[in-house]
Amino acid sequence: MTQGTESIHKPFAIVRKKRYNLKQGFFLSLIRMFGFGGAVTLFAILFFVAYNGIHVLSWEFITEPPVDAMTKGGILPVIVGTVLLTVFCMIAVIPIGVTTAIFLSEYAKPGFILNMVMMSIYTLAGVPSVVFGLFGLAVFVVAFNFGMSLLAGSLTLAVMVLPYIISTSEEAIKAVPYSFREASLACGATKWQTIKKVVLPTALPGILTGAILGTAKVSGETAPIMFTAAAFFTPGVPRSLFEPVMALPYHIYVLATAGTHIEETRGIQYGTALTLIALVLGMNLLGIILRSRQRKKRAW
Amino acid sequence: MVANKNIFEIKDFSIFYGDFMAVKNVTLNIEYNKISAIIGPSGCGKSTLLRSLNRMNDLIISSHVAGELFFQGVDIYHKDTDVIELRRRVGMVFQKPNPFPSSVYENVAYGPKIRGIKKKNQLDEIIENALVKADLWKEVKDKLNESGLSLSGGQMQRLCIARSLAQEPEVILFDEPTSALDPISTAHIENLLQELQKTVTIVIVTHNMQQAARISNYTAFMYLGEMVEFGDTNSIFVNPQNKLTEEYITGRFG
Repeated sequence: MTQGTESIHKPFAIVRKKRYNLKQGFFLSLIRMFGFGGAVTLFAILFFVAYNGIHVLSWEFITEPPVDAMTKGGILPVIVGTVLLTVFCMIAVIPIGVTTAIFLSEYAKPGFILNMVMMSIYTLAGVPSVVFGLFGLAVFVVAFNFGMSLLAGSLTLAVMVLPYIISTSEEAIKAVPYSFREASLACGATKWQTIKKVVLPTALPGILTGAILGTAKVSGETAPIMFTAAAFFTPGVPRSLFEPVMALPYHIYVLATAGTHIEETRGIQYGTALTLIALVLGMNLLGIILRSRQRKKRAW
Repeated sequence: MVANKNIFEIKDFSIFYGDFMAVKNVTLNIEYNKISAIIGPSGCGKSTLLRSLNRMNDLIISSHVAGELFFQGVDIYHKDTDVIELRRRVGMVFQKPNPFPSSVYENVAYGPKIRGIKKKNQLDEIIENALVKADLWKEVKDKLNESGLSLSGGQMQRLCIARSLAQEPEVILFDEPTSALDPISTAHIENLLQELQKTVTIVIVTHNMQQAARISNYTAFMYLGEMVEFGDTNSIFVNPQNKLTEEYITGRFG
């Protein structure tokens, strides 16, 4: 009895054991190290490319076409090509992606078919980019007879980014509060009127953000456009959807591997890479700003 | 045929969620232009019963019903019922104010617009009328283009009432409309309901017994899915016939 009382009133250790502190400190610094590792890698790449490419960047570099077998001059048609591929990719993918997302989140009933569709979409997201390139070559270039063209390349990129657009659109649609749908239906609206007038307008900023971020991801891809759209050299910017285009990622690849002036064009290669990174970062930034603005504005 | 004074006639009506019987063999009549209140402890099926009156329960995939539910003599659970038209005529106001994230004007214009009314002056008239009836016009007439979500809680709920009124319903169902509001906004809405009663039939589900006693003509008490007692509000509160009802309204449980 006495013993029991004693042990209850015995003061517990406030000062932690040293061994425990050491262990905790070790793992904490390990976690910090790995955390910083990611950031360091990113900045190392950015710094390396910027260091080597910054001296070729100039107003002329981004506003003039290449000259002298692409060893001099600017990269205007290359930038225009990538921008056009990106824009047409978005025009093609948004309607298909959003329609699919509406079907999946509003109409499809849980069951075997829905599971199959979902699984296909997830698998599609994991397919290597070169496979998309070959698919685009077989379907858009050959079967649809679009040839190596802006159109074929944009559609190939669209197929590649489709799973991403579907899942971000679906999330945006699901984030629309259930009470909005209820209110609309209670006003005597049909399901489609509810989707068109309440759900989609509310989800639109989220859908657009997803589309911009998704397209930014694929705009730097080489493999999907290599067999479907990208030209070694074109004299100017394309005048129709059925002309091939130059594009930033492919241009870097061409200058660095296939030309006869690989060493001479080193500066242009880095400058082009820097331009591509700037373009992708710019699009990501736009998407991120859009997203944070819309989060602030959201009042429900 | 004698002129029917009942807008809803509910006969031996049951509602299931999967295998669970949420409302059990309820028989009940709702009179034209009266306020009928449904009270009872949480989970007694009162909201489920209310939501079956305009078939909002259809949204829950596993739900199904048995028995008959007549609205103006028409069985609304018949397979040929036009659910969209039913919901146009039987409006609903929810527990949490849920205006759309658009302007005050667009919120009220929603119902008329989906019915195909496009003329600006006609819409203006409907909207002003609805907002006046919902006793909100004075407060918002200078900010019709501001977001409905910028209003106070009580104003938002009156905006939802105006939105429902704009579809010119014959009945409005209220699902605990004041449980998210402060006492002053609550009193405001209670007065409003008594005013609206002159032109529309009101069915209200409430947790607040005093509210039912204050504003309703008829009160139904539900417990565990069953309709325990239904009658004139005065007699239910002053002279309940059933022991359960008496225990509930005197606050011994619930």
